[in-house]
Amino acid sequence: MLDSALNVFRQGRNLARLMEGLWVTLEISAVSVLLSMLLGIVVGLLMTTRKPLWRAAARLYLELVRFVPILVLLYIFYYTLSRNWGINLEAKIVAVLVFTLWGTAEMADLVRGAATSLPAHQRESGRAIGLTESQINRYVIIPQAVRRLIPGVINLTTRMIKTTPFVFFINVPELTKVGQQIVEVAGMKNYMASFWVYAFIFFIYFAVCYPISRFSGFLEKKWEN
Amino acid sequence: MDLAFISKYAQLYAQAAKLTVILAAAGIALSLVIGLVCSLIRYYRLPLLKSLARAYIEMSRNTPLMIQLFFLYYGLPRAGLRLESVTCAIIGLAFLGGGYMAEAFRGGLEAVSRVQVEAGLSVGLSRPQLVRYVILPQAFAVAVPAITANTIFLMKETSVFSIIALADLVYVFKDLVREGHSNENNLLLVLFYLIIILPVSLFFAYLERRVRRAGFGA
Repeated sequence: MLDSALNVFRQGRNLARLMEGLWVTLEISAVSVLLSMLLGIVVGLLMTTRKPLWRAAARLYLELVRFVPILVLLYIFYYTLSRNWGINLEAKIVAVLVFTLWGTAEMADLVRGAATSLPAHQRESGRAIGLTESQINRYVIIPQAVRRLIPGVINLTTRMIKTTPFVFFINVPELTKVGQQIVEVAGMKNYMASFWVYAFIFFIYFAVCYPISRFSGFLEKKWEN
Repeated sequence: MDLAFISKYAQLYAQAAKLTVILAAAGIALSLVIGLVCSLIRYYRLPLLKSLARAYIEMSRNTPLMIQLFFLYYGLPRAGLRLESVTCAIIGLAFLGGGYMAEAFRGGLEAVSRVQVEAGLSVGLSRPQLVRYVILPQAFAVAVPAITANTIFLMKETSVFSIIALADLVYVFKDLVREGHSNENNLLLVLFYLIIILPVSLFFAYLERRVRRAGFGA
């Protein structure tokens, strides 16, 4: 039985192809998370401003994007961009676009949470000891807000990684798609191929996400006070 | 906007939505049970079981549902266990959700103060009574927001069910892409997801308001 497992991965470039697929997965996740962080900070800060129109717009965006399943957004963008608007983007780019759209909403909510959860006396105490507003932001507010933010951002990263299999649906050759292709070819001769390949992919995802989750949990505990 | 298209295919979408709701309800109900059991095992630090629960929670939370489904539907039959796609969908959703729900309940259980437990013991409640009447109601009240988030998350996750040959909303959408009318098709897809997710969200918002008054023992 173990022979069949070894054979699937030894055959041709199967193992190398899976690793290439993993690379595509990580690439899409990394780019989407970075873009989401940048845009999410902007949208999140918009949500804390006193301008009601900006706040309402940000809120609407947030609710809309978080209510609709990501796969639905992915399909709609994938088919609509090319068919209706004549914009032909590589599937990988569409994936990054949609994941960023979702990630930005999640990030914005984290930023808003971190920015509004600091008690008012922090800023007031800063004023009382004679700090200027920019000093208060630099030395009091931002360091504390960032600490509250970081565990959530790390979690967003693992959620992004776990979202990437969706690109399977628009035929981007990431880990899952490569796995399916290998199963299709190897499965004819090797009865156990699909069992081993999908088990392997399951553990690759675990091996990537588990350490990141643990790290986030560690930081959360460390900064609890 | 072509109303003829919408009225012609809304029926297909409605059927798919019904399937999604049934599968989601079964999967989420199971995941609540699994989550509750796992969190109680960890709360009472039952030897051996505690490590198993921990390992399961980490596995379910750190892997994507799609891969879990691929393994259940395409991998397991080769090892001798053949499951219907409906069964796979429910098991997959429960496997994923169980880990998330366990964490939600754990947060609630940890929030129940020591004093409450001691007060319960001192008035002579038995262990099961303590769990049933003191610990769980308070833990549940604290856990509701997390349970809400998980439920919505799980409902959205059902969108991948078409990979195991289930005729869900996404399946219908993709089937109709050929027909053109992409605006109408997009609208129907989003609309039907809103129809199944929005009531759940409203119900939980109501539930959260109801249990917020339960501010005991804080």
